[in-house]
Amino acid sequence: MTKPPDTPPGSDEALELLLGRLLQAGVLVAAAVVAIGGVYLLIVRGGERPAYTSFSGAGAALRSVGGILAEARALKADGIVQTGLLVLIATPVLRVAFSLFGFARQRDWLYVLLTLFVLTVLTAGLSGWQP
Amino acid sequence: MSYSVLALLLCAGSVVAGFLGALTGLGGGVVIIPLMTLALGIDIRYAIGASLISVIATSSGAAAAYVREGFTNIRIGMFLEVATTLGAVAGAVVAGHVSTAVIAVVFGLVLFSSGLQTFRATHDIAGAAVSSPAAVRLRLPGHYPDGGERQEYGVTGVAPGFGLMVVAGGLSGLLGIGSGAVKVLAMDRLMRIPFKVSTTTSNFMIGVTAAASAGIYVGRGYVVPELAMPVMLGVLAGSLIGSRVLVVTHSRILRRVFAWVIILLSLEMMYNGLAGRI
Repeated sequence: MTKPPDTPPGSDEALELLLGRLLQAGVLVAAAVVAIGGVYLLIVRGGERPAYTSFSGAGAALRSVGGILAEARALKADGIVQTGLLVLIATPVLRVAFSLFGFARQRDWLYVLLTLFVLTVLTAGLSGWQP
Repeated sequence: MSYSVLALLLCAGSVVAGFLGALTGLGGGVVIIPLMTLALGIDIRYAIGASLISVIATSSGAAAAYVREGFTNIRIGMFLEVATTLGAVAGAVVAGHVSTAVIAVVFGLVLFSSGLQTFRATHDIAGAAVSSPAAVRLRLPGHYPDGGERQEYGVTGVAPGFGLMVVAGGLSGLLGIGSGAVKVLAMDRLMRIPFKVSTTTSNFMIGVTAAASAGIYVGRGYVVPELAMPVMLGVLAGSLIGSRVLVVTHSRILRRVFAWVIILLSLEMMYNGLAGRI
């Protein structure tokens, strides 16, 4: 399917295309990091017989952004995978941040406001905010 | 079962889940959670964590392809994300305070009703002819390509659609699913948005909705790398294949096939929840 040649740079269509590419790039980076960590994980832990039938939860180091990055820096397989997952979670958040600029360029202040609100809720959730 | 075998099984099942999820706009979570809990006996909290990760991958991975086709409406998406993100945070908070049996039964009920809704839809809704004043003020009406022609559509039912989206977000946060079924329901039934625009915009929104509760779930230790890794990679592969098929298939047949799968899974989920096995 070809795009009409008269897609202006500030239009909804151009913005949609940019956002689509951003999402794709974020997912590809996340998948690559998870896959690398995953292969490593299979090599070091592939023979183990873990029980996931009862819940104990991820290790404390894998529950916060700081802890996860520290594990990855120590080149631990689970830390690398979890870092990839963080990139994945951050991708839609970045998408929302980018649409903020897009709507601002169109001087669509109503949508700038709506986007800011969504971004605030997302940041609150991501920052480990627990009520 | 060794971890290698478990990872392989999870990955294979996730490919199928991602494929079906992308085709129908319902997300992979509705298949992933029954697969992990019913077939592999994994604790539902781990399943919810992995599923939530997988729906972000499904949504974001397929979005790029959909956006290129011109079906996604980002204004409808952004407006309704206000509702879904608020609901998602609330749902994730509630999830920490209820038993897994309750979550299993609610999951079964949601599955069952989405199956029924999908099954009942026997025609593609062409979209509202006239937009409501609220929809026009919010600049929601749009257009999509239809055989080389530009098909305009109106939008209506903004308030009820927004309300149902809060519920959709709540279910997403509570159950770790994309709750695409409820999102599509709100858009194509209440707001009269054409089906393909509804499914692709729903898909676009699912990632943002899931990201709103993902942070809370990581903090609670529901996201374990050993399980999330094969699920995420499998779902991503499946959804990429699925998004390429969407444009050429009839949405009606798809919905019917998927409806049956969903209804059967929902009954098993509810039974297991009530029997205290989850």
